Amino acid sequence: MTSTAPLAPAAPDSKPGRGRRLSVGPSWGLLPFLVFIGIFLLIPTVTVVVGAFQNEAGGFSLEKVQALGGDTPLRALRQSIVLSFTSALVGAVLGALLAYLVVTAPPSSILRRAVTSICGVLAQFGGVTLAFAWIATLGFSGLLTDLMANAFGTDPNGSSWLYELPGLILVYSYFQIPLMVIVFLPALEGLRPQWREAAVNLGATTSQYWLQVAFPLLRPAFLGSALLLFANAFAAYATAAALVSQGAPITPLLIRSALTSEVVLGQANFGFALALEMIVVVAIVMGLYAWLLRRTSRWLG
Amino acid sequence: MKPITSLVSVVALISTAALAGCAPPEDNSSDSAGSSDAASATSVADFGTMDDLIAAAQEEGELNVIALPPDWANYAEIISTFADKYDIKVNSAQPDAASQDEINAADQLKGTDRAPDVFDLGQSVALANTDMFAPYKVETFDSIPEEFKDADGTYVNDYGGFMSVGYDSTVVPEIDSLEDLLGPEFKGKVALNGDPTQAGAAFSGVVMASVVNGGSVDDIAPGVEFFKKLKAAGNFLPVDPTAATIESGQTPVVIDWDYLNAAEATNVEGWMSYVPAEAPIAGYYFQAINADAPHPAAARLWQEFLFSDEGQNLWLAGGARPVRAEAMAEAGTLDQELYDALPEVAGEPIIPTNEQTELMAAYLADNWAKAIS
Repeated sequence: MTSTAPLAPAAPDSKPGRGRRLSVGPSWGLLPFLVFIGIFLLIPTVTVVVGAFQNEAGGFSLEKVQALGGDTPLRALRQSIVLSFTSALVGAVLGALLAYLVVTAPPSSILRRAVTSICGVLAQFGGVTLAFAWIATLGFSGLLTDLMANAFGTDPNGSSWLYELPGLILVYSYFQIPLMVIVFLPALEGLRPQWREAAVNLGATTSQYWLQVAFPLLRPAFLGSALLLFANAFAAYATAAALVSQGAPITPLLIRSALTSEVVLGQANFGFALALEMIVVVAIVMGLYAWLLRRTSRWLG
Repeated sequence: MKPITSLVSVVALISTAALAGCAPPEDNSSDSAGSSDAASATSVADFGTMDDLIAAAQEEGELNVIALPPDWANYAEIISTFADKYDIKVNSAQPDAASQDEINAADQLKGTDRAPDVFDLGQSVALANTDMFAPYKVETFDSIPEEFKDADGTYVNDYGGFMSVGYDSTVVPEIDSLEDLLGPEFKGKVALNGDPTQAGAAFSGVVMASVVNGGSVDDIAPGVEFFKKLKAAGNFLPVDPTAATIESGQTPVVIDWDYLNAAEATNVEGWMSYVPAEAPIAGYYFQAINADAPHPAAARLWQEFLFSDEGQNLWLAGGARPVRAEAMAEAGTLDQELYDALPEVAGEPIIPTNEQTELMAAYLADNWAKAIS
């Protein structure tokens, strides 16, 4: 670190003239990316914001945004936050423990390599396939439900918890824990053995080292990862859509209901208002994440 | 930079020209005159005779239908019979789509030759979009009861049924009241076909529960209360029932239209239907022609076919009640054997009006999610 630090500021100084003339060239390379961002992020966001403040006739109206204060949308928002918070908490705690176990193994060990690559796969294993995997295992007439009915005499019809909020928390944890391992592993690897040696040399016990050195160092990274998990769960849709067919318990499912209902018509703008609500929540979470990230880099940099 | 810019504009020009070249060729004059006539025809007389209509439809050669599941009210056989009889290719798009998807598709594909020619819609979606329909009176228009059609033929009810409780009689005891469903032998067994704030069939299921429990078509609250109790008893299954869940035994009791339960009876041994005598909730689908139909003559021939004795009996074969059943029974053209096989329904059918539906839907939107969680 110390050897590269003086070099870093020197680099831009060395070619001020050439850099200016050439600066147009590299920025052209960004064009496809900017077009992509424009089409898939900016335009949809603007559409959502504009649509949220329109009525069916297309005129300006606060009616749809005010409707967000109704019982059903508030309930969906509350359950969405409970789901995201709980699955992020479970994911963060268990994921951090798993990451610690992984990091204590030597980098070349088969176990460590296997766990990290399995986590890489499972963190992306969401959506419809995951929902059906759980339905086949724990749903009505699921494999495990039947086995347990045979072995312990539980109700073979199971219960419906898998298709409701508790089920969603369990199923979401399935991709949250491995995601935590992936994002938290670098922070644990950044915990240098020298710090522990220094603490021990100064007479610290193991618990003192953890409580007074390691935890404070890791806290920003841990909280940042947990916020990332929160946003990840908050925005997830396909898994819940495949699993839950009654009552639209969380906001993404309420948006689906607003767009496709053949019973309550003309709800498209309400869907936009719900999407705006989600954008606001995610923006807050991402703001916190960015703030924590700055703190982390101050510590570890 | 300069040469690149001009190169870009040349490429752009070429691709625009190529795209223009890809546009469908203009119809020749006689054809387009024919199809604009067909698009404004309001009865077979505007074509001349039935043979002229058939000829015009065959010239178009294709018919686009949408949201017609093959296992729904015998649509597989209806489509193949029509295609064979008139030698017209039927393109069936998104068979599992919902009513609102049909309207969305017509808007998005407007002006292309892939837009749907005809619609088969649930009541609320149909009545909200009447300006998209072309009025047309089929030959048998007069034998359709007044309350099942628009006076100009903008839309006409085609087939319907009653809300019923289908159940596997080999798994659960016989059902002769909705109250039975609250019993312990139905634990984790009762499913509703969809979320009633989204799907028309599930909505009618809650209306049925409401009428049975002292509510009415103006008051759906007792229905919501019934499902709340069902849920509290642990009997309500929050699973969307399909032919697959029924056959695999995951959903032994399904609240759905009687013609869909009738179709299950052919796949599942012992599958029975029960329609509560005190709450015969009827629902009819709405048939209409897309005003911007790419195949206007074929769309009209499809209507003539559906409302002919042959078409109506084909629906009957799928367990649905064709709209002309009464007139056909009088004329002796109804397949009586099939009709007698339908679940028996006593009492006057109850059909909520559009205003009543809207009021009940608003109540459901506020209270359903609360009741079943």
